[in-house]
Amino acid sequence: MDSNEEEQKIPVSQRPEWADVKPVPQDDGPRPVVPIAYTEEFRETMDYFRAVYVSDERSPRSLQLTSEAIHLNPGNYTVWHFRRAVLEALNADLHEELDFVENVAKENSKNYQIWHHRRWLAEKLGTGAIVKELEFTKNILSLDAKNYHAWSHRQWVLKALGGWEDELEYCHQLLTDDVFNNSAWNQRYFVVTGSPLLGGLDAMRDSEVDYTIEAIIAHPENESPWRYLRGLYKQDMKTWANDPRISSLCLKVLSTKTRCIFALSTLLDLICSGFQPGPEFKAAVDDLQASDTGPSDSGLGETICSVLERIDPLRVNYWTWRKSHLPSVTV
Amino acid sequence: MVELAAEKHVRYIITVEKVSYSIRKLTCCPDPLPQYLQKKDAFESVVMEHLRMNGAYWGLTTLDLLGKLHVVDQDEVISWVMECQHESGGFAGNIGHDPHILYTLSAVQVLALFDKLNMLDIEKSVLEGQISAFLVHDDLILIHRAEKNYALGLRSTLTLYSDIASLQNEDGSFSGDMWGEVDTRFSYIAICCLSLLHQLDKIDVEKAVNYIVRCKNLDGGFGATPGGESHAGQIFCCVGALAITGSLHHVDKDLLGWWLCERQVKSGGLNGRPEKLPDVCYSWWVLSSLIMIDRVHWIDREKLIKFILDCQDLEQGGISDRPDDAVDVFHTYFGVAGLSLLEYPGVKAIDPAYALPVDVVNRILLPHD
Ligand SMILES: [Zn+2]
Repeated sequence: MDSNEEEQKIPVSQRPEWADVKPVPQDDGPRPVVPIAYTEEFRETMDYFRAVYVSDERSPRSLQLTSEAIHLNPGNYTVWHFRRAVLEALNADLHEELDFVENVAKENSKNYQIWHHRRWLAEKLGTGAIVKELEFTKNILSLDAKNYHAWSHRQWVLKALGGWEDELEYCHQLLTDDVFNNSAWNQRYFVVTGSPLLGGLDAMRDSEVDYTIEAIIAHPENESPWRYLRGLYKQDMKTWANDPRISSLCLKVLSTKTRCIFALSTLLDLICSGFQPGPEFKAAVDDLQASDTGPSDSGLGETICSVLERIDPLRVNYWTWRKSHLPSVTV
Repeated sequence: MVELAAEKHVRYIITVEKVSYSIRKLTCCPDPLPQYLQKKDAFESVVMEHLRMNGAYWGLTTLDLLGKLHVVDQDEVISWVMECQHESGGFAGNIGHDPHILYTLSAVQVLALFDKLNMLDIEKSVLEGQISAFLVHDDLILIHRAEKNYALGLRSTLTLYSDIASLQNEDGSFSGDMWGEVDTRFSYIAICCLSLLHQLDKIDVEKAVNYIVRCKNLDGGFGATPGGESHAGQIFCCVGALAITGSLHHVDKDLLGWWLCERQVKSGGLNGRPEKLPDVCYSWWVLSSLIMIDRVHWIDREKLIKFILDCQDLEQGGISDRPDDAVDVFHTYFGVAGLSLLEYPGVKAIDPAYALPVDVVNRILLPHD
């Protein structure tokens, strides 16, 4: 504990610089439904906070008091709001404020107020904040790669201030660490479709398809890249159904005979979008049938659904529904 | 199979309501407990303090779903709720705090549970009650009320409506408070709240819907902002808002339905995003979304029921996020609400969009004679 924190342990009421302030106690109403037990430290800090808030005293000591109140309860949005008013009035060094937030965020990275405050700071600092904000979110994401607040903030920084240069590489890094990270796949789509430096989805589709196929082959049970792959074609089902890389991917995964739910469902989607499968597809799917059934006489779409009903029993009703909605002419 | 320990849960909720109204300790929850308060000697009630309104809604709705709303002192709760209303019309999480749209919805929902939305029409005025009793013609009463409202400068629904409506931004999105944080959660809250008050015309519904549609992702799900990752909680908010505004045609129902039913894992529980752990609260967010898009039969009902029931504390009551974890009011509510959506016997039906018992929603929205 450093000396500054030690000093904070002196109750506010006993600090000489607060002698002139009359604390304002919490009003729980005349007959509180729920009497609340506060810690003495919390009660006193908030009583003094209320005093400066009511008198709208935008002073250095008010700033210090909000720091203490935030450490005691970072979820109180009134305290944060007042702190911003004080920071503005004092024309405070906002880079110092970034450090304050970073400290609070270490223990409370899922608190809405912190992120909202951070965004306010970044808006004030403008493009000068880009590097620090990308670094800040990166630090938070290194501890929890799926932190929704950190991702939202990062996307806002990129859209509002810029800093796209290394973002695709960053996604790649995260996916190298954990290829199952759906947030990283989502960010990849955000970059590929939104970065002003990459030329948009049409320019990126080819290389992204190859990248994704590689990820799928390494882990065919990974839901995220399968959905990403489909998303790369957006509403253009025809191009998707006719891209031989997609159908060969399905065939390749099916031939491993394991972890193939997404390969089967993708092949099913391809067929429903007009893909004409060759006999090798039928053979691969027949191989997945229960050993006692042998090659089936039904169409490929129907066989796929039957296999899925068996190997994915949690969602048997979904696959049965798919079976009943096959295009009338299936192979 | 284990059964629903309804009596125990009722007792648990009454106890917690009395002590602190709610305890939240889990990272999955909107505002998790700060580290400081996770220490043994810390007071749960400190956290509670500013979000007691949410706790009241979770606890009281659970009681109603279990047919036990009458065990609480209605007048006490209502007068506390009204004490939390701010001059701006919005509600705070507790008396003496600043209003926030998160608490405003909970307050409106609590008033709805007790059939007390009329509390918002005008401050209770004995005098007015006496005068209006003498007036026969409806219009006269209305005129009279409006005049009184205006003259006395009372907090009225009018300020509440404009308070909520003022949170709508140019692009159709909503902020949570006057300080601007934007999130599709707030779109849902504003739309749900105004619909319960018959005031949807106070906002630009078309713009609000367009903003939500911009948050749709390649997997059919929705995020907090355009480009934000699909998350079951956000999906509930977006689908709920679209359902209330009659805009479900914007949802890719089959695609989203498949994504949602992929959330069910081997244990029978549901997660909120791929590769995340299952959690009882997602029973609500995933299930309600599936029901709104008419695809709930795509998940394994029996296995999910078993998962929720396995999360009960059979001795002390209450439901936790996962089997053998500590219980809290938040997950007790979502567990019971999930069972309600699964038509578990003995639990009242809950409306998937308004998150209130169906009879309460009907009372408010069905035309009266
Ligand atoms: Zn949870």
